Amino acid sequence: MQPGNSDAASSELAVKANSKALLEGSSARHERSLGQFIRWIVLFAGGVLMVMPLVYMLSTSFKFPFEVYNLNLIPEEPTLENYTYVLGDGRFMKWFINSLVIATLTTISNVLFDSLVGYTLCKFSFRGRYIVFIAILSTLMIPTEMLVIPWYLMSQQFGWLDTTWGIMFPGLMTAFGVFLMKQFFESVPDDFIEAARIDGLNELQIWWSVAMPLVKPALAALAIFVFLGNWTAFIWPLIVTNSQDMYTLPVGLTTFSVEQSVEWELIMTGAAISVLPTLIVFLVFQRFIIRGVVMAGLKG
Amino acid sequence: MATLSLQNLVKRYGKTEVLHGIDLEVADGEFIVFVGPSGCGKSTTLRMIAGLEDITSGSVQINGEVVNNLEPKHRNIAMVFQNYAIYPHMSVRKNIGFGLKTSKLPKLEKMKRIEEVATMLGMQDYLDRKPNELSGGQRQRVAIGRALVRNPSVFLFDEPLSNLDAQLRTQMRLEIKKLHQRVGNTIIFVTHDQVEAMTMADRIVIMKDGYIQQIATPDDAYHKPANEFVARFIGAPSMNMLAGKAMDSHIELWNGASIPCSKSNLGIDRNITIGIRPEDLHICTDNNPVLTGLVSVVEPLGSESLLYVDVNGTEIIASGPGRNAPLPNTQIDLTASVESFHIFDQETGESVV
Repeated sequence: MQPGNSDAASSELAVKANSKALLEGSSARHERSLGQFIRWIVLFAGGVLMVMPLVYMLSTSFKFPFEVYNLNLIPEEPTLENYTYVLGDGRFMKWFINSLVIATLTTISNVLFDSLVGYTLCKFSFRGRYIVFIAILSTLMIPTEMLVIPWYLMSQQFGWLDTTWGIMFPGLMTAFGVFLMKQFFESVPDDFIEAARIDGLNELQIWWSVAMPLVKPALAALAIFVFLGNWTAFIWPLIVTNSQDMYTLPVGLTTFSVEQSVEWELIMTGAAISVLPTLIVFLVFQRFIIRGVVMAGLKG
Repeated sequence: MATLSLQNLVKRYGKTEVLHGIDLEVADGEFIVFVGPSGCGKSTTLRMIAGLEDITSGSVQINGEVVNNLEPKHRNIAMVFQNYAIYPHMSVRKNIGFGLKTSKLPKLEKMKRIEEVATMLGMQDYLDRKPNELSGGQRQRVAIGRALVRNPSVFLFDEPLSNLDAQLRTQMRLEIKKLHQRVGNTIIFVTHDQVEAMTMADRIVIMKDGYIQQIATPDDAYHKPANEFVARFIGAPSMNMLAGKAMDSHIELWNGASIPCSKSNLGIDRNITIGIRPEDLHICTDNNPVLTGLVSVVEPLGSESLLYVDVNGTEIIASGPGRNAPLPNTQIDLTASVESFHIFDQETGESVV
């Protein structure tokens, strides 16, 4: 074969190879975009499933009673009457404040004491440390329903029935919080603690000014969990309270449902209002979580 | 300013003894470097001085006062850690000032001290930055600043340069040495890098397996090693060790070669190890070689070359010229003066000359 022919043949081969690669490439891209499309569909469906109850709750809160059992999302005759009624009812504000006080105090207590115990279990060596940790963890296996009766009897003995303290005390510290904080404190290098010890800080100062700022993301996560848990708690507040004045929001909302009828539009209005603090808590603490992740990335 | 004294310091973890009675006297303003391989007990000793580890037995004295039972904060020491231990959530100013947090100085005085220390370390323009906005060397300076600001009696450095790259390590080494010359405080510095030890120390404490092998000036540790371990550990590349036997008027090497040597204290028929530093082993230009071997690898270093020579199956490192070094697979003759020999007892490893 002449050299010129050889060049032409090789360039022809190269063109064929290129077009084959292009075809293969385009088919791979096609498969990728199909896969992505399916993923989007699944995610969209998931999103709709999550958002629908919220949208329905909001929609119902703007409906008149006759329209409640109509599943349309946009009310035919939108009204603010439900909001006027619920907010105008002194009981609702009382329950709202009860819930806010209880959830806030419980959150503060958990953030402080869970982290203090978690820090102690993580950073101090003492005999029986492991046993204490296991004992705390094992309480996670006991369901709340089993604890309700002993809690009730205890509250009765101490005179805590129908009091704010009575509602709060079982949740002031949680095994889950201790576990979460202990695990996060593991990531705080011992050198930080020892450096502060040499610099003259006492153990409480080290915990507060060195260790706690380093686990802010965990504290934020814990705060969100605890606040939401207490804000939505139902069984224990229902059992321990007798007077409507001491009800928390979830318990109070049930009074809108009586034997003869269930006033869904009022329940949904109350629920819509009660979602607001949880959203605020989440938005406030979420920033710490994101900032924590960024900080960890830079440290590495 | 302070003196430090360690007397028969022992550390046990359960039944395992990791330090077997450390004795050391440190003079006021002295720069002492603990050096040794991993697990030799150098960091444990430092942590016992700092009060971060309990002392099993023995005593630590600072300025003549036994501090065994004193909390770290009451020992008037400052420590710089390997990973800097500067707090990521605080600015440089707060990090440096952290050491003064519990001090009863007026706020203005604290501010002044922070500024002074920052200026001394060239960090005055970075006071409001967070650690993640600083380079490795700057972070290390902040850690040193936090130690400096308290004006302690003793500075403890626990491998502070290990996390830095080679160039920065050399620079920081120099800075710490200059700093010591300026402030004159007693410094105990732990490292596993013998170059750091040699370049910075007034005296080096060489440790192995929880025992001190030798306490000496860098010069003595290099030229008069107390035993085979020190001889191998100090110096890069490592000292060549050749097995041999001391005879009446000569030394018989493991490969049958004979070197005239009339050192009187060697004894007769004694198994010895002869240590020769690579820079003392040269290419032989006369007809009286000590060793003959085949060059396996040549490492050019510019001013000289390192020649890896296979002598009867043993690898020897010798010094060659920077230019026109022998090529690999060349047969060469090597020589060394008897005065440069370090002779160790083969059984005990102790120096016999």
